[in-house]
Amino acid sequence: MHLFRRASRRARGLVAFLIGLLLVQLVNACSAGPQAGGKTRLTIATVNNGDMVVMQDLSSHFEADNPDIELRWVVLEENILRQRTTTDVASQGGQFDVLTIGSYEAPIWARRGWLRSLDGLPADYDVDDLLDPIRTGLSYEDTLYAVPFYGESSMLYYRTDLFDEAGITVPQNPTYDQVAEWAEQVHDPENGVYGMCLRGKPGWGENMAFLTTLVNTFGGRWFDMDWNPTIDTPEWQNAVNYYVNVMNQYGPPGASSNGFNENLALFSTGKCGMWIDATVAAGLLSNPDESQVADVVGFARAPVESYPNGSNWLWSWALAIPETSQSPEAAERFVAWATSKEYVQLVAEEYGWVAVPPGTRKSTYANPNYQAAAPFAEIVLNSIQSADITNPSPEPTPYKGVQYVDIPEFQAIGTQVGQRMAAALADNLTVEQAIARSQNVAERFMRHTGYIE
Amino acid sequence: MASNTSTRWWIPLLGWLVACLLFFPIFWMFITSFKTEVAAVATPPQLFFQPTLENYVAIQERASYFTFAWNSVVISLGATILALLLAIPAAYAMSFFPTKGTKGTLLWMLSTKMLPAVGVLVPIYILARETGLLDTRIGLIIIYTLINLPIVVWMIYSFFKEVPKEILEADRMDGASTFQELRHVLLPLALPGIASTALLSIILSWNEAFWSLNLTTFDAAPLTAFIASFSSPQGLFWAKLSAASTMAIAPILIFGWVSQRQLVRGLTFGAVK
Amino acid sequence: MTSSIATPSHSPPPKTRARSHRSVPARLLVAPSVIALVLWMVVPLAMAIWFAFQRYNLLIPDNREFVGFANFAYILTDPALWISIGITLVLVVSVLAITIGLGTLCAVLFNQDFAGRGIARVLAISPFFVMPTVSALIWKNMLMHPVNGLFAQITRGLGLGAIDWFADFPLLAIIIIVSWEWMPFALLILLTAIQSLDADQMEAARMDGASATQLFRFVVLPHLSRAIAVVAMIETIFFLTIFAEIFVTTGGGPGLATTNLAYYIYLKALLEFDVGGASAGGLIAVVLANIVAIFLMRSVARNLDT
Repeated sequence: MHLFRRASRRARGLVAFLIGLLLVQLVNACSAGPQAGGKTRLTIATVNNGDMVVMQDLSSHFEADNPDIELRWVVLEENILRQRTTTDVASQGGQFDVLTIGSYEAPIWARRGWLRSLDGLPADYDVDDLLDPIRTGLSYEDTLYAVPFYGESSMLYYRTDLFDEAGITVPQNPTYDQVAEWAEQVHDPENGVYGMCLRGKPGWGENMAFLTTLVNTFGGRWFDMDWNPTIDTPEWQNAVNYYVNVMNQYGPPGASSNGFNENLALFSTGKCGMWIDATVAAGLLSNPDESQVADVVGFARAPVESYPNGSNWLWSWALAIPETSQSPEAAERFVAWATSKEYVQLVAEEYGWVAVPPGTRKSTYANPNYQAAAPFAEIVLNSIQSADITNPSPEPTPYKGVQYVDIPEFQAIGTQVGQRMAAALADNLTVEQAIARSQNVAERFMRHTGYIE
Repeated sequence: MASNTSTRWWIPLLGWLVACLLFFPIFWMFITSFKTEVAAVATPPQLFFQPTLENYVAIQERASYFTFAWNSVVISLGATILALLLAIPAAYAMSFFPTKGTKGTLLWMLSTKMLPAVGVLVPIYILARETGLLDTRIGLIIIYTLINLPIVVWMIYSFFKEVPKEILEADRMDGASTFQELRHVLLPLALPGIASTALLSIILSWNEAFWSLNLTTFDAAPLTAFIASFSSPQGLFWAKLSAASTMAIAPILIFGWVSQRQLVRGLTFGAVK
Repeated sequence: MTSSIATPSHSPPPKTRARSHRSVPARLLVAPSVIALVLWMVVPLAMAIWFAFQRYNLLIPDNREFVGFANFAYILTDPALWISIGITLVLVVSVLAITIGLGTLCAVLFNQDFAGRGIARVLAISPFFVMPTVSALIWKNMLMHPVNGLFAQITRGLGLGAIDWFADFPLLAIIIIVSWEWMPFALLILLTAIQSLDADQMEAARMDGASATQLFRFVVLPHLSRAIAVVAMIETIFFLTIFAEIFVTTGGGPGLATTNLAYYIYLKALLEFDVGGASAGGLIAVVLANIVAIFLMRSVARNLDT
C-alpha cells in the first residue's frame, strides 16, 4: 500500500502544478485581443511556396515602416490553405485579415460579397501597370478585388544538354506531336532520365490544370452552352489518350502522385528531359542554389495541337482582404506594399532580379536588369499576354477560365475527374472507363446543384 | 523462462532486428534532418556524412517552433486533465453502482468516437465562431476532451472494477462520504491505471491533426499546424521536412520513452488482465 | 475486466442498502460526462440532420433550399460511397489482422529475456508516439517515394527497378503505414498481458511435455484473448476514421483506390463544400458506425463485465 501512497503524493504535486500552469495560460489567453499592445494585428494566410517565403522574410521592412502594425503569418500547404480560408470566409469566421487566393476564387468570392473591393488603392500603386489578363482575372464586374502577388502561364522546359546530344532544335512554338517524338529520343531510364514529366496528382489545380489546357488545344471544352458536360467527346478522348500514352512510355515512375512540387524536384535534380508546367518554375530552375540543372535548362512556349489559344493557362496568386477583417485599412496598406513596384525593387536588391515575383507588372518586364537576369522573361510575358480566359476553346463556352471553369462547383468536378484521370494514368482504369466515369460524375454533380435537369 | 534463453541464441538477434526495423523510419528521418538538401536525395543513400544544423536554423527562422510546441503542451495537458475530471466520477458510479443502463451508456459513449469528424466541421466551426472559441486553446481543449472522453471513461471504468470491493465496504462502514471514498481509497489504488490513461490521452491529443488544423489560426496553433506548413514546399525539401518532423515529434517521443514504464505498469494493473 | 490480482474470487455484490443509498449521487456523478457527450453528439447531429435536407453549398449560399431526400438519394446512388465503405472495411480488417497477429508474435518475443531488452522494447513501441501526419510524410517521401525513396534506391541498386507504391499498390501502402503506427500499440498491451501470465502455470504445462507451439496455442493465446479484444476495440474505433495517412499520401486515389468513408465525406465537406451532401453522408456514416459498434460490442462486451 505505501507504494501507492508515495506515488499518489508525487502525482498530486504534479497534477496541482499542471492545473496551475493551465490556469495561468487560460488567463493569458483571455486577455489577448486584436489590438493588444496598441498595435494592429494582421493575420495573413499564405501558401508555402518560394515567393511567399521571400515575402515573409522581407516583411520586416514593412513592419519597420509601419510600426503600428504587427504581422502574424499562417503558412499552410496549398490544399489545406484553400479549405481553411474557404471555410472561414464562407461561414464569416473572421479569422484572417489578408488571404492568399487564386484567380479562380477571386471573382467567385467577390460575387458573394466576401471580399473588399480594392478600388481605392493609392495613385502611386499604379494599377494600370498590372498586366491586363492578370488584372481582368482578379476583377469582378470591372472592380478589382485582389492584387496579384505573382502571375503565371504554362510553358515547356527542356534540358539543352540532352537535346543537343540528340540533335534536336526546339522551335519557339512546338507542337504536341514534336514533343512526343522528343520524349522518346531523350528518354533514358537506365540513367535516371525520364523523357517527359507532367502533373499526375489528382486535383483541379494539379493534373486537371495541365489536362484542361491539353483538352483545349485538342479542341475540347468542359461544358456546352447549356452546361451539359462534354467530357465523353472525341476531343477529350484524344487528349487523354495522348497524355496517358506519353506518360506511360516516357514518364517517371509514380507520375500519378506528382504535382507541381514533385515535378519541380524531379526536374531540378536532372531526372526529366522535358516538363510542361507553370512559368514560375523558370526562375526556380535557373537558380543554381535550388537547381542542379540551372545552366542547362531551355525554355519554349507551351506546345500546341490544333487550337493555340487554350494551350497555356493563366493563373495568379493574389492577396485579398475579406469583408470580415477587423482591420481593413491596415490590411490594405499591407497588400498594396506586398504587390507594389517598390516591393519588386526590394526583392531585386536583397535576392537578385531573377527572384522577383514574375507575371504581375509591366514595369518588371520593361526593366533591363530583369531582362538580363531572366532569359525566359519574354516567353513568360508573351504566354501571359496571349492567354485569353474568355475564349479557352475553339467551341463557345458558357464559362471563363483557361484551365478552370469559373463556377464554385468546378473544384469538386475538376477534382473528381482528376481522380479518374490519375487512375487511368496508374492503369487502374482504361482511358475509356475514366472518361465515361468522369462524364457521369460531372453530370450527376451538375444535376445535384441544379444547373441541368 | 530464463532457463532456456541461453540455448536460443537467435532470440536476442531477432528481438533487436524487429526493434531496429520498427524504429528505422524514425531513425532515417532523424539523420536526414542533419543532411544538406542535396545529400538527402543522393544516390546511393548516405549513412555517413558531414552533419549540418542548417535545416533547423532555416525552420526556426520561418516559424517560431516554441510557440507551436507550447500550444501542443497546454492543449494536450488541458484536455487530459479536463477529461479525467469528467471521467473519474462517471467511471466511479458506473463501476460501483451499475444500473441496467450502465453498459448501454458505456457502449454508446464508445460509438461516438467512430463518427468521421469532417462531416460536422461546418456546424462545429459556426458554433465555435458564435462562442468565440475559434483559434483559442480552450476551444481545442474542449474538443479534445470530448473526443477522448469515451476512451478515458472506459479505461478508468475497467481500472476501478479491479479494486476489491471489500475495501470500499469497510470504508463505508466507517461512514466515509462518497467524496472521501473516492479521494482516499479509490484514487490511490487506481492511480497507476489513471496515469496510463492520462498518458494515452496526452499522446492522442498531441497527435490529433484535423481539428487542430481547422479550428486554429495563429494563437492556438499546435505542432500539427506547424508541420502542415512544411509538408509540401517547392523544390528540394526532404531535409527540411525531416527537421520539421523531428521537431514536431521529439517532445512526445521523449515523453513516451520516459513514461512507457508507467504506461505498462498501469495497463498491467488493469485493463488488459 | 475482472482479474485475480487482489481477490482470489469475485467479491459479493454490494449490499442492497448501500446501493439504494448511493444510487442518486451515482447518477449525478455520471451526469457531467454523459451530458457533455450528449451535447457533443446531439448538437452537431441535429445541425447535420437540418442541413441534410437542404441544398446547401457553402460557396453558393443563395442557392440554398429545402430539397427533401435529394441529398440522400444523391449520396446513396453514388457508386463512390459503396466503394468507400468497402475500402473502409478492408482497411479496418486487414490492419487489425496485421497488428494483432504481428503484435502477438512480437509480444512473445519481447517477453523473452535478452540483452538490452528494455531498449529494444522502447525502440519497437516508438512508432505509436509519432503523429500520423508525420508518419505518412516519412513513408511517402523518404521510404516509398518511387525516385528518391530509400526502398526504390535499394531495389534499383539491386537491379530490380522501383515499385511505385502509391500508384501500383496504394491500399497496401496505406495498410503498411497504418500497421506500422499501430502494431506497437498492440505490442504494448499484449506484452503487459503476457507478463501477467502465471509463470508457474507455464512451468507446469512445460513439465507435462507441452511443446513451444502447444504452449502458445493452449496457454498463451487463451490468456491473451481478453487483451486482444481490448486492442481490437480501441483500434477499430480509430481505424474506422483513418484520415491523415490518406490525406497526406494518396489523396484517396488513384481513382478511388484509397478513398475510405472518412475521406469520402471529407471530399464532400471540404472540397465540394457541399454541406448538405456531407451532412447526409455523415448521417449514413453514423448508421454504419453504429452497425459496426453493435457487432464489435457483441464480441467485446463479454469482456466488459464478465
